[in-house]
This record gives sequence, C-alpha cells and structure tokens, in this order.
Amino acid sequence: MKKRLTALAALALTCATPALADLNIPNLSYRTGPFAAGGIPYADGFNDYFTLLNERDGGIGGEKVVVTECETAYNTEKGVECYEATKGNGALVYNPLSTGITYQLIPKVSVDKIPLYTPGYGRTSAANGKIFEWVFNYPANYWDGASDIVNYLLTENGGDLKGKKIALVYHNSAYGKEPIPTLTALKEKHGFELIEIPVDSPGQEQKSQWLQIRRDKPDYVLMWGWGVMNAVAIQEAANINYPMENFIGVWWSGSENDVLPAGDAANGYKSLAMHGSGSDYPVYADLQKYVVEAGKASGAGDQVGTVLYSRGMYAAMVISEAIRKTQEMTGHAAITAVELRDGFEALEITEARMAELGLPNFGQPFAASCADHGGPGQAMIQQWDAAAKKWNLITPFIAPDDEVIQPLVDADSAAFAAENNIAERCN
Amino acid sequence: MPDEILYAAEAGLNGLMAGVLYALVALGFVLIFKASGIFNYAQGVLALFAALTLVGFQNGQVPFAHLINAIFGTQIHEFGWHLPAVVAILLTGAVMVLLAILIERLILKHLVNQAPIILFMATIGLAYFLEGFGDIMWGADIKKLDVGLPQGISDTVESVTDSLFGYGFFIDRLDIVATVVAALLVLSLTLFSQFTKYGRALRAVADDHQAALSVGISLRFIWVMVWSIAGIVALVAGVMWGAKSGVQFSLSLIALKALPVLMLGGFTSIPGAIVGGLIIGMGEKLFEFFVGPMIGGATENWFAYVLALLFLVFRPQGLFGERIIERV
Amino acid sequence: MFYREAGDFKTRYVDDSQTFPIRFDRWRYYAVLAVAFGVVPFLINDYWANAVFVPFLIYAIAAIGLNILTGYCGQVSLGTGGFMAVGAYACYKLMTAFPEVSILIHVLLAGGITALVGVLFGLPSLRIKGFYLAVATLAAQFFLVWLFNKVPWFYNYSASGQINAPERTIFGQAVTGAATTPAAKYLFCLVILFSLAWLARNLTRGTIGRKWMAIRDMDIAAEIIGVNPLTTKLSAFAVSSFYIGVAGALFFAVYLGAAEVGEAFGIQKSFLVLFMVIIGGLGSIFGSFAGAAFLVLMPVLLKNLLVGTLGWPTDLAAHIELMIVGGLIVLFLIVEPHGLAQLWRVAKEKLRLWPFPH
Repeated sequence: MKKRLTALAALALTCATPALADLNIPNLSYRTGPFAAGGIPYADGFNDYFTLLNERDGGIGGEKVVVTECETAYNTEKGVECYEATKGNGALVYNPLSTGITYQLIPKVSVDKIPLYTPGYGRTSAANGKIFEWVFNYPANYWDGASDIVNYLLTENGGDLKGKKIALVYHNSAYGKEPIPTLTALKEKHGFELIEIPVDSPGQEQKSQWLQIRRDKPDYVLMWGWGVMNAVAIQEAANINYPMENFIGVWWSGSENDVLPAGDAANGYKSLAMHGSGSDYPVYADLQKYVVEAGKASGAGDQVGTVLYSRGMYAAMVISEAIRKTQEMTGHAAITAVELRDGFEALEITEARMAELGLPNFGQPFAASCADHGGPGQAMIQQWDAAAKKWNLITPFIAPDDEVIQPLVDADSAAFAAENNIAERCN
Repeated sequence: MPDEILYAAEAGLNGLMAGVLYALVALGFVLIFKASGIFNYAQGVLALFAALTLVGFQNGQVPFAHLINAIFGTQIHEFGWHLPAVVAILLTGAVMVLLAILIERLILKHLVNQAPIILFMATIGLAYFLEGFGDIMWGADIKKLDVGLPQGISDTVESVTDSLFGYGFFIDRLDIVATVVAALLVLSLTLFSQFTKYGRALRAVADDHQAALSVGISLRFIWVMVWSIAGIVALVAGVMWGAKSGVQFSLSLIALKALPVLMLGGFTSIPGAIVGGLIIGMGEKLFEFFVGPMIGGATENWFAYVLALLFLVFRPQGLFGERIIERV
Repeated sequence: MFYREAGDFKTRYVDDSQTFPIRFDRWRYYAVLAVAFGVVPFLINDYWANAVFVPFLIYAIAAIGLNILTGYCGQVSLGTGGFMAVGAYACYKLMTAFPEVSILIHVLLAGGITALVGVLFGLPSLRIKGFYLAVATLAAQFFLVWLFNKVPWFYNYSASGQINAPERTIFGQAVTGAATTPAAKYLFCLVILFSLAWLARNLTRGTIGRKWMAIRDMDIAAEIIGVNPLTTKLSAFAVSSFYIGVAGALFFAVYLGAAEVGEAFGIQKSFLVLFMVIIGGLGSIFGSFAGAAFLVLMPVLLKNLLVGTLGWPTDLAAHIELMIVGGLIVLFLIVEPHGLAQLWRVAKEKLRLWPFPH
C-alpha cells in the first residue's frame, strides 16, 4: 500500500459520493480469512488494471473508473452485505470470485438488473444466455475445464482412455462438485474409470485421500481445490511419490501459492490455464510505469505477474472492453448497468485487440451472443518449473467437447428455469 | 497376507501418526485446562500466531510492514536477513512467553474466580484479537515454512515392509519426526512436573487452587508459566502442521481436530491426550478406509466426534479424566 | 425518577405477575414495538434490511433458542449450525415439494423437524455434562453438515449441491426469492421473532422454565425435588432446536436465498451463536437480543467506520475490526462478566434510584 492514509481518506470521500458520471465498479474481494492467499493477488490485479486505465488513458472513453473494494472474507453473508452496500452507488458489474456468493447474487442481480461477470467460476450453466440473462462466465467454465483436461489426456494417450483410471480430488463444496457431472458423462463416452475423492474444507489433513490414491494407483489425478487444500494436496502427492506430471489441477489449483510451499517436490505439477501469466507481456511495462512506480499499486505490489494477479487483470480487461463496447453502442460515455449488459452480450475479443491492449497471446479470442454467455471454453496446460519458480505453458489452447457439455448446460439451466419460472429468451 | 489387511494396517499406522499430530494440539489445551480450568479456545490461533512469527523472523519480515506503509507511505517489507531456524525458534519462544505474560496481565488477572464459561468466552475474545493481530503483523498471504524438517515417504519403512509383507508401507518422514518430537515433549513435560520446584507447584495448583495459594504458591506466576508452555507447545504444533501446508489462516482450524481427542482423553490428562489422539487418528483413518468408500467419503470430520461420543456415553469424564464427584 | 415502582399500585394478581411490572418499562416496551412494526418498515431499504435488520432478527431467534438450552437449562451446545441446516433443508424440501402450502407453515414445520432431530442429539446429555457435552454436540454439527452435503435427495439432485429458495408469497406479497421487498422480508422475520420471543419469555417464567433452571443450577438436587431430568433436558433440546430450526429456515429462505451447507451452516455459525448468547447474557431473553445485535451490528458498523468514513484499505480494516471485536469481548467480560443483560439490569437498578441514590 503505497498511498498515504490521508490520500486514501480523500479518495474514499470521493468514493462514498461518486459523481454520477464515473464508472463505478465494486470489487468484492477477500484479503482475510481462509482463502486470503488467493484473494489478495486477484484483487490487486483487478484494481491495478483499472488504475492503469485511469492513469494512462484517463479512464475508459474519457470516464474515470472508480473501483470500490469491499471485503467479503469468502463469506456469503458478508458478500450480501457488500453487494447491498455497493449497488446503491450505480454499480456496473459484480465479480465476487466466489462460487457461493455467485449463487447468492444470481437471483438478486436479475432483479436489480446489474450484470454479474464470473470468468472461470460460479454457476456453470449460466453459460446459457437464454435463461441467465444477467450472468456471463466467458471465456471458460468448470465443465469446459474438465473436458479440456480429458481432451488433453486423450491426445497424450493417442486418443484412447479406455481402461485408464482417473481420480478426481475435489473440495467438498458446490465448487468442487461442479466437474462431476461432466466427468461422469465423459467417462461413459471414453470408457475410463473415475474415482471421486472428496476433501472437506479447508483440507489441512488429506492423508486418507492420498493413501487411497497410493493404493488405487490411478493413471491421472485431477484436482478441483482452492486455498490451502491445493498446497497440501501437492505436498501429499509428492510424499507418496505420485508422478507430478500426471497430476493436473483446474485453473484455481494452479497458482504460485499452491506450488511454492511444497518447494522442489512440486516440480512438474500441471494445471489448466485460461490465460498466460508472468510479466513478459507488453502491458506490464505500462503497469510498471503508471501504477507500480507511481506508487499507486494495490496491495503490497509484490504480486505483479503471478497467475492469480493475471487472472484479476484479465477479468478487469474483459470488463473494460465490455464498457468500451457499450460506449460505442450507446454513443455516450456514462453508461448504466442495463446498457452494460448489452455490451457484455455483444462483446467480441479478438487476438488483434488483445495485442493492441498489450496482451498478445494471453487469452483466447471469443465472441458472445444472446444465447452464448460462456465463450469457447478453451484452456491451455501449464507446468510448474520448481527450479526457475515459474509456470511454463506446454500446450496451445485445447477445445472442450461441446457435444457432451452443451446438453448438460441445457438440462441444468432448464431445471433452474423451471424452478424459477423463467422464460427462454433469444428465440 | 491379503492386500486388504495390509492396506488397513497401513491406514491404521498412518492414523496413529496423524493422531500424534492431533495430540500435539490437544496437549496445549490440557495444560491450560489442568492448571487454570480454562478451556482455551485460542489454542489453534496461538499455533497460527507462533508459526507466523517463526516464519516472519526467519525471513526477516518487518512486523506491521503493511500498516506502517499505509500510514507513512513508506515501502519497507523486509530487513533483508535470513535467520537460522534455531535462532528464529528461540526468538519465537521468547515472543510466546511475552504473550503469556501479557495475557495474564491484561485478561486473566481481571477474571479470577469467574465461571468457566466466562473464561472460555474471554479466550474467544483473545482468539479474535490474535487472528487480526497476527495478520496485521505478518500479512495474510501464504508463507512457506522451512525449518529443515524432512518430508516425503520414508524409504526405509517402505523397503523393510516390502521385504516382509510384499507391500511397501507409506509413512511420512515428517510424521516420524513429529512422533519423536511429541515423545520428547511429553517426556520433558513429565520430568518438569515431577522433578522441578515449579513443576510441583504446577501440580499443586492443578489439584487445588486454594490449597496451593495457602501454602504460598503464586497463582499468577503459575498461569504465566502454563500459558508460556502452552504457547511453546502451540509453536511445535504450528511448525509440524505448517511444514505440510504452508502457514496461513487455516492453520488455526487445527484446534477442531483436537477437540474430539480432548473429549476422549479427558480435559485434564496429558497421557489422555496422547492416547486419545492415537485412538481418534487410527479410528477415523480405518473408518474412512473401510466404510468411507461405501458412503461417499470425507467422513473423518464427523467420525472423530461420533467415536469420542460413543466413548463418553460409557465414561462421561473421558478415558483418563478426573472423576466428577457431585454433592448436593 | 421515572423508572420506579413507587405509586404503581397493583390490585390484581394478573397485574402483579405481568412481564413488565414497572409502568415505565411497559411503555418503553410498547414504544419499541411501535417503532419496530410501525416505523421501520416504511423507512427500510435494501441495505438496511439485508445487511442489518434481517440478519439481526434471525440471529436473535437462534440466540433465544440457544439461550433456552444453554442459559436456562445449562446444557452447552455447539451444534447450532447443524440444527440451523436441518431447518434450512427441511424448509427447502417442503417448499419445493408442496409449493401451494404457505411458507409460514413450512417454516414452522421446519422448526418442528429440527426439534425432533434436536431431541435425538440431546440424548447423550443425560450422561455427559459441561464442556464434554459441548464437544459431543459437535458430533451433531459435523455429521449433519456432512449428511446434507452427501445425500443428493436433500438438495433435489442439483449439480453443485446448492439449494435455492424459489419465490413464495404471503397475502400476495413475496417473502422469499429475489423480488421480495425489504419491508416484506423484515416484517415476516419480525412477526416470527416477536411471537417466538413472547413465547420464550412466558415459557421461561412458567413451570417448564423453572424446571430447566433447576436442572441448570444443580441437576442432582433438582432430581431429588422431583424434576425429571429426562423430560426436562429433552424438552429444552426440543424447544431450543425448534427455535434454531426456524432461524435456519428463515436464514436460508428469506435472508440468503441460496445456501451451501458447509459454508452457510458450518462450525463457525455454532460458535457465533454461542458467542451471542454468552456476550448477551446467559439466561436472559433480552440478552439474546443484545448479543445478536452486538455481533451482527458491530462488524458492519466498524467496517463502515473504518472503510467508509476513514477510508482505510479493506484488508487493514478487516484485521483491525477483528482486533477491536476481540478486545471489546474481553473488555466487556472484565467490566461485566455476566453479559450485556447484566449491564442493562445494573443500569435499571441505578435508574430506579436516580437522581437521589441515597
């Protein structure tokens, strides 16, 4: 934190009564509690990108962006409090980085008419824009991720997974259970065996789970973990000498926080990556110049370039592009949340645009539509190099198996629509 | 031998090892409960605080760096030194003693003779406070704890069991170290309480506060002492658990694993904590092994409590607890 | 000066044994009711309802429930979160299975189901006492959470195990679901809280309450004078669980709208409600309100003060908030170990003599 408190106080006063012309974006972050280690870099990346836009370009389309941070501690009750506290100030979009809070907010944002953007987390079937008008989760969701991993394993094994054993170690919560339906469907299709191994939150003690893996000797272990569970799992996998290159985590199980505590033992661990990481992208030169060196970085500034920092920045980038798109569509700079929804739906991010933003080959190009709020769902595989302490991307983007996922998405969103009397749109 | 039995034996053995780790946390509870009748809810947070402090000293972190930077606009984070593990552990021990003195001065002194539930509540306040204090002092990010403890499968055990049974058992070397450390800790605590002046005073206080007071034992000194020891036990527990998962907030939740151990072993008995830990550790691992797959797994959390509950129905004061004699 | 019984003559036994025998006290009580029912619903907005009033009302119900068990009957329980989960899931199953039945009935039925479960888990209390019982109730907590997480029937086989409250109405006014107005939410919870608090107050003044207190003060002595420990302890578990079950149902259906058992009804919830009861004052209905208010309002207040007014970084503010809450708990205990309710009582005693204390 490089600003003086006095300066912050002045800033807060302006935050408390934002000029209506400003673009107000709440950041429901968590810098305390059991998942703080993951929440801090994400929130920093999110804040810093908007600071960069303000400092370098004078905001978006001439409008300054005001990011109001609110601490949730990954707790749904505090999440509700934060939502209610911030929505009155003309909040444009929410991004709570918590599957639990997302479930909570989905009905609320639909009533209050504020878009909810949950890249790579939240309710998977929200990808179906016909039912979930106000929720966007492109470029990828959990079911895509599960399918991406299986497709990766298919290419590794010459297109055949018959008779292979795949274990899924998952956080015993809504989040961790997400990939199970997809993997079950894929199991039928490709003929592999699936072993489900739940780990209770927070996952400090996983001896039984890893003894089971040692006995069953699965060919691959997939992990849907968050927080301390990741670090412990990687340590335990190393302890039982499980081959690290056969251990693949989802994108939330693939940050520096997860592998560093295990030290050298984590070498070779893989995870999904829906975007690149590291500080080699041109945007970091600007970030360094306008934000870090100007003393305006959020947090301690030591997280720049980490995986979760990049993800927070990526989310901020998509949001800012959606705002830009909306400004183009409406012709005025001071947009409202309702207008922004249309912008999210019409958003198209091309590789050329990403390169222009200083993020060449960082994420996948995608184009949203009325029915498609989920994006193409591709992801790369990254592998940890413990000696160099960095993640290396080892594959290009892998596409999910839409044949399997689309029916699942349709079924789940139809169930939601039936329970809540929602009529299909886009027809 | 059929594989199932070997697997079960392996699970059970690992359970025993895990039990030792639970017992380490439970020990801290027992010490304080015995000497002052306080159920110390803050024990888990103490372990977290100790581990955070240890890592902070080792890496030369500036305490309160975040706060200082926010107030003065400075950019300090580290002193730029790396202390050897031994020095850092000694320094952390000193901090825990200091903390014990402060707790006695600021809280316990004012709450002498209150009902147990009030004292319990006070430790909850303490837990809240320390949780915020630890974070503000050292930061909430995950930290790697490296004091040179070995980790990973013990090859010796694996090859020996492999040649004996045809199946190599998995034992974590860290667990072996933890077992040795726990044994040493219990041994030294026993020696301390049996053969030193202060140890005898401690036992006298545990037996009867008023009688101890009347023969001139300073209750306040004993409390400081026992909280210091509990702080150091918390440090050991924090190191053992922190080596596995890194040091972060969830470390404070290990207290929950110690509660069934306490219940089973009795709140007042050090051997009870050890035996309770072993029974709980082995019981939950074997249950997870045999029954877990049938009912969907992740049974460990509740099974430990149910097991302890079953024991309690037959011995309401725990295995080694003092008998509760009630008079009207 | 105002607060005294002098000149307040009672001519009937009914008058003498009413809840608030002092006139000024009675007026204060009616005034609070009038404001709560007549003023607040017209001023309330989304923020005040969702961040302050609704959680306060629901936690107050849970705290009264736990206070009956712990404060009046002396049985320390850490299973509150688990019992709230029973209420929430029972309410969810009832809501989705019988959509045409009124939500009020569902909430009460959910309380009833929780009462049954509570009696079941209360059985060990006949053997186990004190902190041992507290830890034993944790078995209920962990087992129930595991059960609701593991058995798909409870969450209607949804993909992720989340439960969502569909919209239900009373008198045509939505009380659950996202479209609920803040006033409807608030009034629904307030009516339930008021009736349950009134019931609790009168239960604890009657025979059954006296039996509970006899068991609390010394169970062997109580048994000797003819109080049956079995029925007394189990009735306390049943009544307490009923309250907690209702609180759980409201917590899920009205307040959160969507819940996941491990997160919403975890062990932290059990501790939180116990803290409310102890800080508020054991064995006092007013204490339950005060404790719930303290632990719900204090963090929100501190957060708004530190972040909103002083503009501190959110993480520093969150940490300092923890330190302040912890420090205040200790301070309160040192100043008045018997909770906020005792402070209130002392204040009332002082008021009776004021302004001439001698």
